[in-house]
Amino acid sequence: MTETRELPLSMQREGFDPAPALAAIRENEGITKVSTGFGIDAWLITRYADVRAVLSDPATFSNSRVSELPLPGVDKIKRKELAERQAGNLLALDPPAHGRLRRLLTPEFTLRRIRRLEPRIVEIVDEHLDAMERKGPPADLVADFALPIPSLVICELLGVPYSDRAGFQERSNRQLDLSVPLDERLALQEESRDYMATLVERAKADPGEDMLGMLVREHGDDLTSVELIGIAGLLLIAGHETTSNMLGLGTLALLQHPDQLAIVRDQPERVDAAVEELLRWLSIVHSGTGKIATRDVEVAGQLIKEGEFVMCALPTANRDPQLRSEPDELDVTRGEIGHLAFGHGIHHCLGAPLARMELRTALPALLKRFPDLRAVSSTPDFRSFHVIYGLTSMEVAW
Amino acid sequence: MSKLAVNKDFCIGAGLCVLTDADVFDQDDDGIVTLLVDDPGDGPSIKEAVANCPSGALSLVDE
Repeated sequence: MTETRELPLSMQREGFDPAPALAAIRENEGITKVSTGFGIDAWLITRYADVRAVLSDPATFSNSRVSELPLPGVDKIKRKELAERQAGNLLALDPPAHGRLRRLLTPEFTLRRIRRLEPRIVEIVDEHLDAMERKGPPADLVADFALPIPSLVICELLGVPYSDRAGFQERSNRQLDLSVPLDERLALQEESRDYMATLVERAKADPGEDMLGMLVREHGDDLTSVELIGIAGLLLIAGHETTSNMLGLGTLALLQHPDQLAIVRDQPERVDAAVEELLRWLSIVHSGTGKIATRDVEVAGQLIKEGEFVMCALPTANRDPQLRSEPDELDVTRGEIGHLAFGHGIHHCLGAPLARMELRTALPALLKRFPDLRAVSSTPDFRSFHVIYGLTSMEVAW
Repeated sequence: MSKLAVNKDFCIGAGLCVLTDADVFDQDDDGIVTLLVDDPGDGPSIKEAVANCPSGALSLVDE
């Protein structure tokens, strides 16, 4: 098995849109066998209803058994070692192990808890807009706005020193970049673990008011250090690589749709809907965690055999006419929840309320502060090989 | 006529029901769904909340 640098079909896009080949599969056979780029094939599910069904059925489609898959250049002993370190990574767990950890975290992400963070998020957004304004145009919207805002928010929430950001921002970015060789990505994963281990030890010695401190104080007896490291590591990486890309891509999408940009800027009562439509239309997570079929099962008329690997094409499913009419149109006036941008089923994004709060705060604030905001280049710098779609950078002026 | 059934054991606290109809649904301190009314009926917002629920904690059962 060799590693390939060819972009897997599930990640192929044309600008903001899923590649036409993906839409064609959704309209025709609904499911297809694709190369994952790491030496094994996967069944790719493309329709809204089928994706929902797969994500709703963790007994048939297992996340934890993904650790059984061979990885090119990684021997069985190393693979087992990697799997053992998955403790605490909720995305690698099935029920009931998943529910045990998820229930510890759910109280931290209720709508009410996240609303309490709103004043601080507003402050963080304003600080970054002030800094952009002071420095004057041009700015890199990714480096100066889209990345640092969610990064600072998740750091404060978790209890990660923001002064360490150079290290973990770089690591979390490169770990999920499929153009980075696998051995380097695994090494980065180890570095991230080591870093998180020091934070967990620190929190155990002196638990603060942040989420790590809370987990140690309230659940220190139930959770192993490996679990704590896994939970914190997942939240840190998820808090970085998601909202930041929505902010970058969302801004670019609005700049290309000036009438819709004006709605987000000028009509606060429509911002929540606009955020939902941007989430659906952009679907920055290409496929989320893959799954292993635990039994023979039929999806879209195709038999999937026990042990086979299954992936869901979230952007393609979110453009299914069964979900929305004119699905390829961005129409921020019609936003509804019910899309699959945050996934579905028991692994539905834990941080979704936080992401929504950050997006509804940051996007209008940016557009109000710089009413003449424009992208300097007409060629967006999409980051194609990253498991979460986004922009590498975006030079803006105003 | 259908009746809303709530299985708190399935709830993962995503809060989508609250976003769908905050007059009917709420989350307790643990993030788990609670109902604010005794008989929410089976109107459009209830059907939508059931459809949006990611974990299958909400369902409509025939009376």
